[in-house]
Amino acid sequence: MADKFRVVIVGSGPAGMSAAGRAAQLKLKHVLLEKTDHLSDTIYKYQKGKHVMATPSQLVLRSDMDFDAGKREAILEIWDKQTEACAVNVQYNAEPVKIEGEEGDFTITLKNGDKVMAETIVMAIGTQGNPNLMRCPGGDNKLVQYQLDDPGEYYDEHITVIGSGDAGIENALGLAADAAQNNIVTILNRSPEFARAKKANVKLLMEAGEQGKVDVRTETTPAEVKDGELVLETRDGQETIKCDRIIARMGSAPPRKFVEECGIEFTSEDREAYPKLTPAFESTKKGIYVIGALAGYPLIKHCMNQGYDVIEFINGNKDLKPADEPILEKKFADLPGGKSVDEWLEFFRERVTILNELSSLQMREFMLDSEPRRYRRGEVVFEKNEPGSSLFAIAEGSVAVEIDPNDPSITVPIEEGSIFGEVGLISGRRRGATVNAAEDLIVVEISRTAALKLQASVPAAKRAITRISTERQLLQMFGSGLTKDDISEVVEGSEIMNVRAGEAIIEEGSEGNDIYVIRVGSMVVEKKIGGKPVFLSYLPAGSYVGEMTLIAGGMRTATVKAAIKSEVIKINGDAFKKVLDKHPDLMRKAKQEMASRQDINAFVEAKKDSFSGVVDYYSGVANFLVDNGIGEATDVLLIDENLCVGCDNCEKACADSHEGLSRLDREAGRTYAHLHVPTSCRHCEHPHCMSDCPPDAIHRGPDGEVFIDDTCIGCGNCQRYCPYGVIRMDKVPPKKPGLLSWLFFGSGPGPGEPDKQWAAENSDPEVEKPKKAIKCDMCAGINGGPACVRACPTGAAIRVAPEEFLTVAKLEQEDA
Amino acid sequence: MASVPVPGDVAKKKVAMHDGFLKHAGYKWLKIASFIMLLSIVSYLFIDVSPRHNGGSWYGYTLGTIGAGLILWLTMLGVRKRAMTPGKWSLKAWTSAHIYLGLSLIVIGTLHTGFQFGWNIHTAAYAFMMIVIISGIVGIYFYATIPQSLSNNRDEMTETQMLESLRSLDRQLHEAAQPLSAEHAALVLQSLEQDPFGGGFLKRVSGKYPNCATRAAQADLRRERAYQPRMGGDDPLDKVDALLEKKEATLARVRRHLRLKALLQVWLFIHVPMTFALIASLSAHIISVFFYW
Repeated sequence: MADKFRVVIVGSGPAGMSAAGRAAQLKLKHVLLEKTDHLSDTIYKYQKGKHVMATPSQLVLRSDMDFDAGKREAILEIWDKQTEACAVNVQYNAEPVKIEGEEGDFTITLKNGDKVMAETIVMAIGTQGNPNLMRCPGGDNKLVQYQLDDPGEYYDEHITVIGSGDAGIENALGLAADAAQNNIVTILNRSPEFARAKKANVKLLMEAGEQGKVDVRTETTPAEVKDGELVLETRDGQETIKCDRIIARMGSAPPRKFVEECGIEFTSEDREAYPKLTPAFESTKKGIYVIGALAGYPLIKHCMNQGYDVIEFINGNKDLKPADEPILEKKFADLPGGKSVDEWLEFFRERVTILNELSSLQMREFMLDSEPRRYRRGEVVFEKNEPGSSLFAIAEGSVAVEIDPNDPSITVPIEEGSIFGEVGLISGRRRGATVNAAEDLIVVEISRTAALKLQASVPAAKRAITRISTERQLLQMFGSGLTKDDISEVVEGSEIMNVRAGEAIIEEGSEGNDIYVIRVGSMVVEKKIGGKPVFLSYLPAGSYVGEMTLIAGGMRTATVKAAIKSEVIKINGDAFKKVLDKHPDLMRKAKQEMASRQDINAFVEAKKDSFSGVVDYYSGVANFLVDNGIGEATDVLLIDENLCVGCDNCEKACADSHEGLSRLDREAGRTYAHLHVPTSCRHCEHPHCMSDCPPDAIHRGPDGEVFIDDTCIGCGNCQRYCPYGVIRMDKVPPKKPGLLSWLFFGSGPGPGEPDKQWAAENSDPEVEKPKKAIKCDMCAGINGGPACVRACPTGAAIRVAPEEFLTVAKLEQEDA
Repeated sequence: MASVPVPGDVAKKKVAMHDGFLKHAGYKWLKIASFIMLLSIVSYLFIDVSPRHNGGSWYGYTLGTIGAGLILWLTMLGVRKRAMTPGKWSLKAWTSAHIYLGLSLIVIGTLHTGFQFGWNIHTAAYAFMMIVIISGIVGIYFYATIPQSLSNNRDEMTETQMLESLRSLDRQLHEAAQPLSAEHAALVLQSLEQDPFGGGFLKRVSGKYPNCATRAAQADLRRERAYQPRMGGDDPLDKVDALLEKKEATLARVRRHLRLKALLQVWLFIHVPMTFALIASLSAHIISVFFYW
């Protein structure tokens, strides 16, 4: 049996390699196990010539290996050289399949049967190789497989491929390639377009679709797997198809099973959860350390630093401060009291209720994404109607919330340990009230991403946030001097419901007196007139429906259904009636609102006969817009094709206002009754693009615009997540000569986006510009507003917010 | 039922924003231009210039200066359109003003001449101006009528998609024509080899392509097939026929698209060069007037 190593490092990615380098420098007896025959397989598998980014830029690299942004080849070459120069002991083609034993005496069994003995183990295996599983009922059915080795093996089968990436498309095409195999192949894509895959692949798939070789279904997700059958959730409802085999290609997550078998616990049952770790990266299994992507840090710099740190810790260096220490020190520098970083972390963790359950490592990471702030007594934390999606937690002091816009002296206090600003976080809309510091205040501002991460990793935090937000939302919405105690019964009996797009929460003519508060998403109100549904109004998040029957009695007078996937708070009607009866002010307010709603009903009823065509047209347009994602938009560009002469001046203006790249495609997109929705950002209430941005570069700006800042690493995640295909990945072209030199001397490519050839010929060959994500920022910071609208010569281009556009009031004006 | 009251003011503003260039701001520029024209005509009738109205009187100079200033300002639309500077301007407002103030030049310019025409540089400048204005009126007509047809015709397809679908049909035709006999294949080849949009300006603007090889190929194929017995089963000619049919429909759509786009631009080929001719002759007119003062 071989000698025992002081430390065995599993996985030779940036984290493992950096760890091995440190171990070699410290002359520790070590071995680096790599399952392939080359270092750093994940980066090795990047496409040729890919520009690798080095973020976060403020983080100092602490490793024996060098790393800077550059081409994949150059980086791999440096690492190969330095691994050799450091005399790292690498064992290739060594994939551990089992780890047994205790600290000081581990036995690692490799795939080929060899055994490696170790005192300590550093796991740096990343998250590859653990495909995302199907989560619908029946997802564990034997029909489902996650890999396809040889498409030629299958004959005469109904095969469904799930996933819209290259892997899924290639599988589907492979299975359908040979007609003699007689397979009936279906591919499912939950979004309308195949944005994640290479263009060439998509084109082949579309042609195969037209030729009937592959059944391409977009906006379709699996709902249930049964033996021999697959139930699909489509736009138009459920549908069952025959299915003998399902090939699921939906990305990957941590290889939990292997890690758990080693005796390592995870923070939660959540699929995206990571192992529980001490500040020194030690897992719950003594002697096994976890670093890198598996520890929840997907960025190369983090990984390399952790590799260095973990070996220092193992080697007994207890005083090593994490590489992020200076960043945290800077964050806490402005706070009074002169505490150390660790003391501050402890201060926030102890005092803020929702942070109580965090581990110190989580706390550290949490603080990196969040911002501690102090306010003097009376200072404004944020103003009503300010955009903002962050959450605030009070560590010391208390705040006063102005609940009456007309009288700032009427306030409601929020005490130490609690949170505020959660409505913006949940609904993505503007701040609902102005908040002042009631005494000297120390808070932590938690960015949207950090708050979401927190809710995912700490269930108690999620519950607390949900309860508080329900209570606050009700108080704020109903106002009229209600207090927490008045509505405690209502809050207790309330229930949060998820509503699918198109699902109705209230049916016209049904019984019921419950009230629904829209928490996330938006709803449309429809009324049947002459047998046809007529679009009455659009309700954004933060509004409530259902009070009419509660106050006036009778049946529901209209149908309310979700425009997009939404969340509503269902409030028990009887409990709420009690509150109404006790508070005449509230009752009066509710009655007023009811009256205005009844006015609209009456208006539509009355006008129906005189201009039914107009009402139909309006309903048609409204439904079309909702179908095209306007229901989740906050600001959208529309083009009236009765006026559009196709000059593309909007695109040119966009390019000229933004470093030479147009962020909109006028011609593409859907059209209804000459109203065209071009491919351009809708600034969604809950931007899909934000869901997985590694450097957290996507934000909502002061005017509600969703924009990407300069820290973009060009990973393309946002482009893949956007269901509307409005984000493009491109290099910034070189600067053009001025307009006059073009007008008079013909120099340069003229107004608008320069063509690729000109850009290539005129860029500096020495400087390699990375591709970055480009999207509409609503021309934030440009005096005059959106260039596309200003530059439209005929007035065809308009920007609208849905609640302003989707209203029957338009009918009145058009009628007038 | 809804707690969010309809924001009446905002809704009104948005609807107002949605006016076309002709209706912009409640016909503001039409009103201003009408006022200018009316004022010119009334003053022309009431101001007594002896011996008669003439470009060289003080009144004529006034009208001439206003007209020349207007012409230069109207020309600036070309720069405004292309210079994406920040600021609260709207190209729609500029277009609207351009149109109505441009039309008012008919009155201002004509009154400036005092109805004295001749074969000289002065009348040449006037003639160029009128050509520019008339081409502009044609442009307004096209801008007001064509966009709807353009939108209907393209039916959510982009130009790139249309051309791509043509290429795809060509590929399929090429494949489908492999089993055909030599003379049939030659017909299909005709269709594949012809540039379906070539033939110059008149074809582009009329949208008529009498020598379309695709149409000819399909007609010939059908004519020949009429005399042949039907074989039943998979006749490769059926597929070719269907593909040619599809290609012709697509071609018709693209040709309509190109025709409409061409019409939206064609008037500019007169409007813009004539503007430069106008400015040149206008300069000559002004210099000569001062030279002979």
